[in-house]
Amino acid sequence: MSATWAYFWWVILPYIAMAVFIIGHIWRWRYDQYGWTSYSTELQEHKRLKWGAPLFHYGTFAAIGGHVIGILIPKQWVEAIGINEHAYHLFSAVAGLIAAALVIIGVTILAARRLFVPRVRATTSPVDWVALILLGIMVGLGIATTAINAPLGFDYRETISVWFRGLFAGDANIALAQQSPVIFQVHAIAAWLLFLIWPFTRLVHAWSYPLWYLWRPYVVYRAKKAGPPAESGTGGRKWRKIGVRY
Amino acid sequence: MRPMAQMAMVMNLDKCIGCHTCTVTCKQVWTNRPGTEYVYFNNVETKPGLGYPKRYEDQEQWHGGWTLDAKGRLQLKAGGRLKKLLSIFYNPDLPSIDDYGDPWTYNYGDVLNAPLGTHNPSAHSISALTGLDMDMSWGANWEDDLAGAPERAHQDPNLAGLQEQVRMEFEQAFMFYLPRICEHCLNPSCVASCPSGAMYKREEDGIVLVDQDRCRGWRFCVSGCPYKKVYFNHRTGKAEKCTMCYPRIEAGQPTICSETCVGRLRYLGLMLYDADKVLEAAATPDEQDLYEAQMSVFLDPDDPEVAREAERSGIPHDWISAARRSPVYQLVARHRVALPLHPEYRTLPMVWYIPPLSPVSDIVHAEGYDDAHPEQVFATIDSLRIPLEYLANLFTAGRVDTVRDVLRKLAAVRAVQRAGQLGLTTKDALPASVGATTTELDDLYRLLAIAKYDDRYVIPKAHAEDAGRLMAQHEQLFCSLDTEGGPGMGGGGPVGVEQFHAGVRPGGSHTFHDSDGREHFNLLGWDGSGSAPKLFPEAGTS
Ligand code: HEM
Ligand code: SF4
Ligand code: SF4
Ligand code: SF4
Repeated sequence: MSATWAYFWWVILPYIAMAVFIIGHIWRWRYDQYGWTSYSTELQEHKRLKWGAPLFHYGTFAAIGGHVIGILIPKQWVEAIGINEHAYHLFSAVAGLIAAALVIIGVTILAARRLFVPRVRATTSPVDWVALILLGIMVGLGIATTAINAPLGFDYRETISVWFRGLFAGDANIALAQQSPVIFQVHAIAAWLLFLIWPFTRLVHAWSYPLWYLWRPYVVYRAKKAGPPAESGTGGRKWRKIGVRY
Repeated sequence: MRPMAQMAMVMNLDKCIGCHTCTVTCKQVWTNRPGTEYVYFNNVETKPGLGYPKRYEDQEQWHGGWTLDAKGRLQLKAGGRLKKLLSIFYNPDLPSIDDYGDPWTYNYGDVLNAPLGTHNPSAHSISALTGLDMDMSWGANWEDDLAGAPERAHQDPNLAGLQEQVRMEFEQAFMFYLPRICEHCLNPSCVASCPSGAMYKREEDGIVLVDQDRCRGWRFCVSGCPYKKVYFNHRTGKAEKCTMCYPRIEAGQPTICSETCVGRLRYLGLMLYDADKVLEAAATPDEQDLYEAQMSVFLDPDDPEVAREAERSGIPHDWISAARRSPVYQLVARHRVALPLHPEYRTLPMVWYIPPLSPVSDIVHAEGYDDAHPEQVFATIDSLRIPLEYLANLFTAGRVDTVRDVLRKLAAVRAVQRAGQLGLTTKDALPASVGATTTELDDLYRLLAIAKYDDRYVIPKAHAEDAGRLMAQHEQLFCSLDTEGGPGMGGGGPVGVEQFHAGVRPGGSHTFHDSDGREHFNLLGWDGSGSAPKLFPEAGTS
């Protein structure tokens, strides 16, 4: 790989992806909240979704959690709380494989119904196909990475992770990224592409997890007032309990 | 006391002829779009029957509405908040499209384009979802006029618990039509089920709406509504529901379904209620007391104290006087002839029904009696156990007395009128025997039988001084109905409340550009007066 290309893959692409990711979300939020939804297909097909959707999502959350631990948290911190290389590797291999298994079963079910159930297939828009195929590639590569690395024990925490955190400090270490096995590199690049298109796809639904449902009053009242009210959790309090005045 | 105003509806079931005009006009206005093919904000069911979607009334199956927990506290039947958040990836209670009916259309194109010489080209039904050939097997109106009732109607959840097996043979069958829209409940479980907080009840008139920009498609409102009157638009991925035609209501006009009702059986008016009492009423321990509990929530607009408190809570003066003239208040509270649909769901519904006397009087006539002899009618009412219990399961959670009282009162109205017209006399004790005065029976006759337009609809306009603010709510950055797939679909742009009158457009008549590039005159909404530019192509163009 020439130095220019390396520079592109490991510095320029990540920065473009991050910029598009952030600006894209702001743009989408301001101009297309009407399109901001999970595009559920449960109405059309539920027998397969019942297994596919929870397996995929819970598996994905486990995988995302693993990435946060492995990439965002520096190795020294983990060791500082007494988890050594061996223990970490054992944990990450076992948890990673479990997560990978959940995701792989879930994704297979979801992909099968999207491809072969005509009602679901009919709802899929072109941008959905792009997102779903890219997501599929990324998941596939991620699972391959986990499976290959489980016996290998390549320590990404001293290479990829350092490079990744370097991106945010403004000095990304290209050499470190290039030291990792090719499968890691392709997986990382696929991830940047996914972030690049994320704001323009249904994946934005992930940011709308309605956690504040846990504490808001059940029945929401709204008075006619100027302008759209802020989404709760992001702005002023718009909820009011029955029986409580203003 | 915290008075609030609610726009409410009453339907007089005796007059419904099952013509589905309401369904069609509502569909044309609100759900005539891709993604809502299967959606009917208004639908008319034949009862007994399974309903739309199938068996929606069986909450042991669908878990809609509220229930009481072990300590008697109100709780969503589908489970608490945490359970919802954990099962957000798959909603276990969502009806499938097959429960509503896979919407179908026909491949008309193949018929029209069939080559010359084709023998009898015929259209096949194709699914509107996929465009593939399909055999239709269920739909919103599958059971019209008891079609298929001998095989299916016994699965009607309202027949559960009736001891005798209902006979579906032609001679013994009883049936009536039940038009249904969203109930715009005082304690709406759809709103409570929406994790995003996108659904809300309007403070001013109690109309329950979905904010299309805030809905994230988690689809819990659909299953949370026990009446299944929130629908999932499978194109936009958002929930939609009956809007009670709020743009018309704000302009003082009746809803589309009411305006076009052939039987003229719908009444619209305000109810004042005490918001502080809503939760307490909804948590009434015995389901059979829920009707009375809901009655106790309503406020008497003629009570000066109520009027004072209402004004203090910001309800405008003309709204309070509209509440005094409200036909809904008359039928629900003064005459007590209207009943709520399935009060046992604990949502405190606000579209009420006058139960039908016709299934009963049909039998009376068959026996050779006539309405002028109320004793015979009363006796028949009492002997018709199944229709009575069935109606009670629909309207009073099974309390038969309440339904019987209403039917007796309706029979008395007929007896008095018939006697009057034939110059006969009725027993003086008749009105009192149904708990009414002669004047009241007369008023009831006027309201139910004469049913003048202005008596059926008493709808105060939204306040003009609020108009600017209202428009802000409707339009936001652009008119939210005009988005792709939205009901507006790029019409003439937002119209202010004060200008919203069918056929009268400020600034003259209205033209639009069609796909042929030519400017056309819009015949829709033209009141016939004034000029009609561009109605015909100009000379020389074709
Ligand atoms: C954070 C909270 C999240 C919630 C609450 C959530 C919820 C949902 C829901 C309700 C659906 C629709 C299921 C149906 O068809 O009824 C869905 C679909 C989907 N979600 Fe999520 N999601 C979340 C996060 C994510 C993340 C992080 C990803 C990917 C990285 C993701 C990827 C997808 C995909 C690809 C689908 C479409 C599945 C299909 O083919 O039907 N979601 N999600
Ligand atoms: S009937 Fe209407 S207001 Fe009541 S719960 Fe259902 S959708 Fe909500
Ligand atoms: S009130 Fe309007 S939206 Fe609702 S059912 Fe009637 S016509 Fe349809
Ligand atoms: S238009 Fe009126 S009479 Fe006809 S079905 Fe609807 S409610 Fe009944």
